[in-house]
Amino acid sequence: MSGHSTYTPNSGIEKWIDARMPLPRMMYDSFVSYPVPRNLNYAYTFGGILMVMLIVQILSGVVLAMHYAAETGVAFSSVEKIMRDVNSGWLLRYMHANGASFFFIAVYLHMARGLYYGSYKAPRELLWILGVLILFLMMATAFMGYVLPWGQMSFWGATVITGFFTAIPVIGEWLQTFLLGGFAVDNPTLNRFFSLHYLLPFIITGVVILHVWALHVVGQTNPTGIEVKSNTDTLAFTPYATVKDGLAMVVFLLVFCYFLFYMPNYLGHPDNYIPANPLVTPSHIVPEWYFLPFYAILRAITFNVGPIDSKLGGVIAMFASIAILFVVPWLDTSRVRSAAYRPWYKLFFWLFVADCIFLGWLGSRPAEGWYVVASQLATLFYFGFFVVIMPLLGLLETPRPLPNSITEAVLKKNDDAVAAQPAE
Amino acid sequence: MSGNDTIVHDGEDETTRRDFLYIATGMAAVVGTAGALWPFIDQMRPDASTLALASIDVDVSAIESGMSLTAKWRGKPVFIRNRTDEEIEEANSVPLDDLKDPIARNDNIAVEAEATDFNRSAGEGKENWIVMIGSCTHLGCVPLGQAGDFDGWFCPCHGSHYDTAGRIRRGPAPTNLAIPTFAFTSDTTIRIG
Repeated sequence: MSGHSTYTPNSGIEKWIDARMPLPRMMYDSFVSYPVPRNLNYAYTFGGILMVMLIVQILSGVVLAMHYAAETGVAFSSVEKIMRDVNSGWLLRYMHANGASFFFIAVYLHMARGLYYGSYKAPRELLWILGVLILFLMMATAFMGYVLPWGQMSFWGATVITGFFTAIPVIGEWLQTFLLGGFAVDNPTLNRFFSLHYLLPFIITGVVILHVWALHVVGQTNPTGIEVKSNTDTLAFTPYATVKDGLAMVVFLLVFCYFLFYMPNYLGHPDNYIPANPLVTPSHIVPEWYFLPFYAILRAITFNVGPIDSKLGGVIAMFASIAILFVVPWLDTSRVRSAAYRPWYKLFFWLFVADCIFLGWLGSRPAEGWYVVASQLATLFYFGFFVVIMPLLGLLETPRPLPNSITEAVLKKNDDAVAAQPAE
Repeated sequence: MSGNDTIVHDGEDETTRRDFLYIATGMAAVVGTAGALWPFIDQMRPDASTLALASIDVDVSAIESGMSLTAKWRGKPVFIRNRTDEEIEEANSVPLDDLKDPIARNDNIAVEAEATDFNRSAGEGKENWIVMIGSCTHLGCVPLGQAGDFDGWFCPCHGSHYDTAGRIRRGPAPTNLAIPTFAFTSDTTIRIG
């Protein structure tokens, strides 16, 4: 895919730079002349959208840090000061808080695209693994960021999440004390979370660069799942993909702005506007919406499995639900990439999507009654999709016939569209 | 390279002074790096001011039978309750086989002591007093007092029920509420920690 460079420096200064450090050449080859499959649809625009969201989060975060104070006595009021006194502070804070949510919306859609079109299959395993690593880092960053306003949900969310570590046998208690810097969530915890919350986005940026690098080595997949074979299969990144990505970004940012300006607290939790109180737990603790499916899996394990008690079992299941993504390239045994040619996989994919949404809803409910049983069944399907359905379907399913090339698939689609039009 | 080696070496596989120097230098670099990294890890542990809060004195003279007090120790709530006779009786009537966690979890007595009501209380002559860390052993929420199906404590986060001796009876919590090291320094003062 990454053919020879077509960059030609024109002016003297361009030639001077190109001979010393060919950064313009690299940018040109990566984002202008870079060939992309000509049949990419809008599901392929979330990578670019995620880049924009990462930049929005870093910029808004850096300026918020100019007004925020990471000390338990003043953290809550410094956030309120941002909201009331700092010029445009309300806008920047709402942008950062809702930006996190929209970052996750985009990343989940980006991952769903990968699962649907089989983007993780050889030779893109490492590309996929880097993506899962970014997801892990995003989750850690989002969790620590949510602690900073030092509201009730901040404090008790931190208590419950760091409580996961006490489930580890023998060293659990010690490890939790080590991570918190004390015997409970307190000032040392807030300080280190702020430091790490500021650091992690830059580590994410580093892994994103590796992710894009890996992408540009193997090239993009496309809705047919067939590798690029000839020049007619591709178009130049600029203007074709840039314009398509640009339109998708505008639409995505419009929805983001609707939340930002008209319902900025819709995705948040009112309890986080109550200052943290170590002696009173809110009656119903829920994490942010993007953690709800995993929270439901955590709470679904209410039974002991051999020597593993229910508490440790829940924590293992929750981490496994994300970690299992690392091995997806080897769990899927089908030689056909795209779900467009895999009727059974397509069905199970949409069932899996429904299952994740259902788990998210269950995570927002209290852990009692039929919710518990439903969580257990949904958790069973979640893992079953990866460890049973994925390996078996590849062996049992008869895929539909594949076109010979991307160009053939595109031309056939055009012909069908013409044929379907009434004669004039 | 190999030409030089044959000149320096007497025998083919003999360990030379240079091999020793390589290994010694490498080991020094590893130990030095680990030593330099240690402070970066060590700073994460609780600092001196956090550890200095190791013990507190609580005046319990005003706590009549059936009343509770919540003290803050090491950033966590500590429940101190002067239990009623009915509550003690209720806890004593529970067979040990019914307990999810049969161990007392009391730092003041033997580690493997059974979770009898006496072993959970403040001891001889102080059976009515119970002192526990008010942090659910599941994931650390603060349970509500005199609530739940066993008239003791109830954790609203994930539904753990504790009885009048703070023993886990139902729900996801694995162990009884922890009893910290404490002592009555006088009839009306408890020192925790």
